[in-house]
Amino acid sequence: MSAGARLADVTAGDDIAAQSYQVTRETLVRYAEASGDFNVIHWSHRHALEVGLPDVIAHGNFTMALAARYLVTWAGDPGALQEYGVRFARPVVVPDTDEGATVEIVGRVVEVLDDGLVRVDLTVTSSGQKVLTQARAKVRLR
Amino acid sequence: MALDTGFVGRVYPATLPYEVSRAKIAEFADAIGDENPVYRSVEAAAALGYSDVIAPPTFANIVTLEAAYAVVHDPALGLDWMRVVHGDQRFVYERPLRAGDEITVVVTVESIKTLAGNDMIVLRGDVDTVQGERVVTSYTLLVARAAEDGS
Repeated sequence: MSAGARLADVTAGDDIAAQSYQVTRETLVRYAEASGDFNVIHWSHRHALEVGLPDVIAHGNFTMALAARYLVTWAGDPGALQEYGVRFARPVVVPDTDEGATVEIVGRVVEVLDDGLVRVDLTVTSSGQKVLTQARAKVRLR
Repeated sequence: MALDTGFVGRVYPATLPYEVSRAKIAEFADAIGDENPVYRSVEAAAALGYSDVIAPPTFANIVTLEAAYAVVHDPALGLDWMRVVHGDQRFVYERPLRAGDEITVVVTVESIKTLAGNDMIVLRGDVDTVQGERVVTSYTLLVARAAEDGS
């Protein structure tokens, strides 16, 4: 299995390598099925416009899931999160193109706690704008 | 219309048990593009000390969001669900969900506030196995935007 970050090697202030994720309409269809969230604004351009959105948007919980994926990939253990929260600040707009949208995620270790836990803050953007804010986790490292 | 703060502390009945399956975990992991074998292989999960494949951290959203929406649609609460957006989501984990877990959600109204005409309600979802083990606690902020908000 992937090694993951080691507690002994982590210091407050460390940057975690940035990652970018492609999000297409197909991604949203798959997430709708997996999550059971079939809200029309995540697949119908017409309905998205009707409620004042510029286009179809990604599920907020999908973006939250991507940021969790980023965290647990870094930690090397998908069970490593002790606490994880986000605020849904702006939607990720997903045009009906082959490229779709890109979500960029970068993390920073803000505190190393006593009991094997580290606090990580994430910056999550799409098209240069923050889509999640207050994206924070407590992660258990080995 | 401001929400009735008398609803704070109200506890809703437990949802019907939901059985976490290996197939659904794999489907969810596929949907978020995470190829980690811990979501698919019992052996890979065992190498990290888990007794079966575990679910990605936000898998719990499948059950907690549905439970929250049942509250949103409670006519007694009087929330205008057409104007409701998901503001914040936070999870506190006891352990990861894993295949074979049979879970229920009990939703409690944690707080109700009205700010600038926006109704803000925080729902706590206690996700427990049917054996009574707490697995994860969900905190969901829902915001019903003021009717005059044209944005």
